[in-house]
Amino acid sequence: MLRDEDRIFRNLYGFDDWGLDGARRRGSWDGTAALLAKGRDWIIDEMKKSGLRGRGGAGFPTGLKWSFMPKEVGERPHYLVVNADESEPGTCKDRDILRHEPHTLIEGCLIAGFAMNAHAAYIYVRGEFHDEAVALRNAIRQAYDAGLLGENACGSGWKMDVYVHRGAGAYICGEETALLESLEGKKGMPRLKPPFPAGAGLYGCPTTVNNVESIAVAPTILRRGAAWFAGIGRPNNVGTKVFCISGHVNKPCNVEEEMGIPLRELIEKHAGGVRGGWDNLLAVIPGGASVPLLPKSICDTILMDFDSLRAVTSGLGTAAVIVMDKSTDVVKAIARLSQFYKHESCGQCTPCREGTGWMWRVMERLVRGDADPSEIDALDNVSRQIEGHTICALGDAAAWPVQGLIRHFRPELERRIAERRGRPMAAE
Amino acid sequence: MAMITADPTDVPVVVDFQFTPEYLALAREQIAQYPAGRQASAVIACLDLAQRQHDGWLPRAAMDYVAGLLDMAPIRVYEVATFYTMFQLKPRGKHLLQVCTTTPCWLRGSDAVMKACREATGVAPGQVSADGLFTTVEVECMGACVNAPMIQINDTYFEDLDEASTKRLIAALKRGETPKPGPQVDRHTSAPEGGPTTLTTIPGGAAPLAKS
Repeated sequence: MLRDEDRIFRNLYGFDDWGLDGARRRGSWDGTAALLAKGRDWIIDEMKKSGLRGRGGAGFPTGLKWSFMPKEVGERPHYLVVNADESEPGTCKDRDILRHEPHTLIEGCLIAGFAMNAHAAYIYVRGEFHDEAVALRNAIRQAYDAGLLGENACGSGWKMDVYVHRGAGAYICGEETALLESLEGKKGMPRLKPPFPAGAGLYGCPTTVNNVESIAVAPTILRRGAAWFAGIGRPNNVGTKVFCISGHVNKPCNVEEEMGIPLRELIEKHAGGVRGGWDNLLAVIPGGASVPLLPKSICDTILMDFDSLRAVTSGLGTAAVIVMDKSTDVVKAIARLSQFYKHESCGQCTPCREGTGWMWRVMERLVRGDADPSEIDALDNVSRQIEGHTICALGDAAAWPVQGLIRHFRPELERRIAERRGRPMAAE
Repeated sequence: MAMITADPTDVPVVVDFQFTPEYLALAREQIAQYPAGRQASAVIACLDLAQRQHDGWLPRAAMDYVAGLLDMAPIRVYEVATFYTMFQLKPRGKHLLQVCTTTPCWLRGSDAVMKACREATGVAPGQVSADGLFTTVEVECMGACVNAPMIQINDTYFEDLDEASTKRLIAALKRGETPKPGPQVDRHTSAPEGGPTTLTTIPGGAAPLAKS
């Protein structure tokens, strides 16, 4: 288990002061100017060496992403955009950083902004997080008043402005190019890539979009050293991670743990165990709604990191663990996710716009067993025609939970169909 | 995608809308966040302010006013107002009860929360209650999943609910009270019930610091 002194978010639960005094006591804003004085090449190199992989779901190496920004500023300014549009079902980690540890994020914005030659950072907070946006704005005001942001941030000579931009309710805006469209005042419809944001992002300027947690861990990584962060977890899957444990556990919670912690240990040590005991477990969605679920047999031994979960055709995603015990109607649970994706599809690409609704309707019939057995294969087939055939990954995200259900719970789907067929019509 | 109501017939006609000086000042503050010529970036913020000024919903006159303020084509503003779910395009009750029913909340009993809302307000989702106080809507994941099930009432999250506590909340609102936000069980934010399993050796990490 991770030692407390290795945890980055020491006020994750908000028992202590979220403000500047509390943040400084916990180590934030300590020697920030000296870190900047080491230069942007050092910062990016250190981030690469730390092995940090993006915490928003895709797991792309953060240092490498920063290095894609043009080395010199041309005619167009550079921007840092922070994705705080946290909406992946099961995920509520960034919320705690915004409301309880906002200064880790603000200091991270200064460091990341400096490293990529950006003088402005926009933090896109989902609209529903009203109180979190207020807390963040208050913390930013404190940082300006203390000279930590502004014309001469931390006395480093670097000008840095940080702004809060609130969304208004749209899951799709968590996709980085949809987020940029939304930030520009449009509907949140993803852009075709290339060009990638590092070439043409916000207002057509070089832009890097990072998740809240990726930016908020950067100051601690640089202060304690890349080797410290890289020493936690397993190779290629390193560092600490905020996990969200929801569903059928005795004590749902957020917790910062070591990457690669066994799923069973995570649930039993921090979330009070599965309701009714480990043997009452049916399945777990390990990384937010978009990743395929895992049956208990895999959950018994699986490690919670990118590569382990990928090896069982699932994913770490946002590390949002949704637990389902044996009382769960698992078909209904996945059908509800299909409804979610149908609701959240932006409607731009035909396979997603039409496919998410189609999958949802078939899933609803499968809940009741009101289907032909051949429709299970048809559903799997259609999901694969959505996956990979859309501009953004929402199509994939809608397909994967359904594929996971068919992969691991086909007998349950077949049982419902057989049961309904065996029932006399008059009984309905 | 939000429901598109291009020319709604069931919505009162509002002929004129403009920001009060207070709201206009707030809008100017938002516009100033963006580079010159990029004022359209403030469209969500301005529509949100307009909705706040106008009893929680956006008439077309407000969209047209925002279009003028930001020098945008009105259609671009309508697109935004109809795309994002937080913009209400018709009048709603004083308290908007947004019940999350996505899988993590559903697993922990959001059906009972919906039932409680229906029974305590006396109307079906989408309707305004007879006393004008409530409208219930089903919404997608609100990002408070370890505190499921939950409701957002206007700006505030109420968490760890069940049927009884939901009814208590609504009863308190009927009496004109302001209920305590956050978890409705004995629990601190996203920490596990009974206290954190981590951060116990960090002063202030797992319990409040003693006041000096």
